[in-house]
Amino acid sequence: MSFTGVLRPGHAVIRVMEMEPAVTHYVERLGLIKTNEDAQGRVYLKAWDEHDAFSIVLREADSPGLDHTAFKVMSVADLDRLEADLRAYGSTCERIPAGELEDCGHRVRFEIPSGHQIELYAEKKTVGNGVGYRNPNPWPEGLKGMQANRFDHCLLYGPNLADNLDLFTNVLGFNLTERVVTPDGGLLATFFTCSNKAHDIAFVHHEEPNKFHHASFLLGSWEEVLRAADIMSMHDISIDIGPTRHGITRGRTIYFFDPSGNRNEVFCGDYTWYPDREPITWDADELGRAIFFHDRRLNENFLGVVT
Amino acid sequence: MSDYAITLEASGETFTCRDGQNVLAAMERLGRRGIPVGCRGGGCGVCKVQVLGQAGYRTLKMSRAQVSVAEEAQGICLACKLIPESDLLLRPLGVLQSRLAGLSPGRPR
Repeated sequence: MSFTGVLRPGHAVIRVMEMEPAVTHYVERLGLIKTNEDAQGRVYLKAWDEHDAFSIVLREADSPGLDHTAFKVMSVADLDRLEADLRAYGSTCERIPAGELEDCGHRVRFEIPSGHQIELYAEKKTVGNGVGYRNPNPWPEGLKGMQANRFDHCLLYGPNLADNLDLFTNVLGFNLTERVVTPDGGLLATFFTCSNKAHDIAFVHHEEPNKFHHASFLLGSWEEVLRAADIMSMHDISIDIGPTRHGITRGRTIYFFDPSGNRNEVFCGDYTWYPDREPITWDADELGRAIFFHDRRLNENFLGVVT
Repeated sequence: MSDYAITLEASGETFTCRDGQNVLAAMERLGRRGIPVGCRGGGCGVCKVQVLGQAGYRTLKMSRAQVSVAEEAQGICLACKLIPESDLLLRPLGVLQSRLAGLSPGRPR
């Protein structure tokens, strides 16, 4: 498929209550690489196999959660077009100037019906993935901890999923890959891709708006997921559930928490999406196995613990 | 080194918390129940409790979105960030809500 418009999840700005343990968690355990720290004290991180300067920004605050997540679009022309389309749709857009996040071009910020702040941007400094662009090695040496490959997606909790669906598919050009529906046709969960991944962003219905469920990072194999779980126990990291299998997306996964209570996921192995296929539908009474395929029961923590 | 006795109001559950350990970790390590367990990082608010009566304790950093200054003054805190300095009587306040109430619980194992 040809990629145009929105390319991929570009970054997430995550609030942490204490910076030092957060940096230890994301760098030493998850394996992200610190690339920058700005005058406000925000810490910029990237996963090794990303080419842009950062994908996670940590900001110290008195409560945890997600400030915003941003998607990279193909060009400034695409950014301008999408901004115009959002305004025509009725979304209020704010332009954040280039450099507000260092090494990032100007961003277009808008609030989606579930209450979350989403941003689009076209330009970010390229730093490469550490192995170069000519006759590269398969991976760089000296990686730490779980050696996460990339920031993959966020799962967000909030209301008005039908309105989110309209915005993401009809304005931003995403495809719906999977959904969970109630018997009367209501949406309990929606999974969207802007590429050919099983999900680039996902939502679960929740009465309180603008809640953060998790930021997810890709690993290379099931063995690496198990090794990640070993690292969690070696360092007394709070594990939520796993290693296990998702029904939705078929991902092999483990959930855990950063020191401020923000949930992280490391996972491997979903499927390849193409836009000519039918979305997958899960019935609400199968939600247990849809979320955790082996447990086959509703998990109160998965559904109730958010920041 | 001192051990402190932690008692949960209503259930009467009692367990021991080692000096310097947080109350939630002490409960979990002993396989006890009574306080809902969430993120264990002071962020989600699921393990909210109120310390009753005169008691010695300190708390580590907790989310202001979960425990206000006024609540903190009333002895309300998160058990995962609560370090006893005396025996404690606690009232669990946290409610772990699935906001998807009314769904069938899925197939049994």
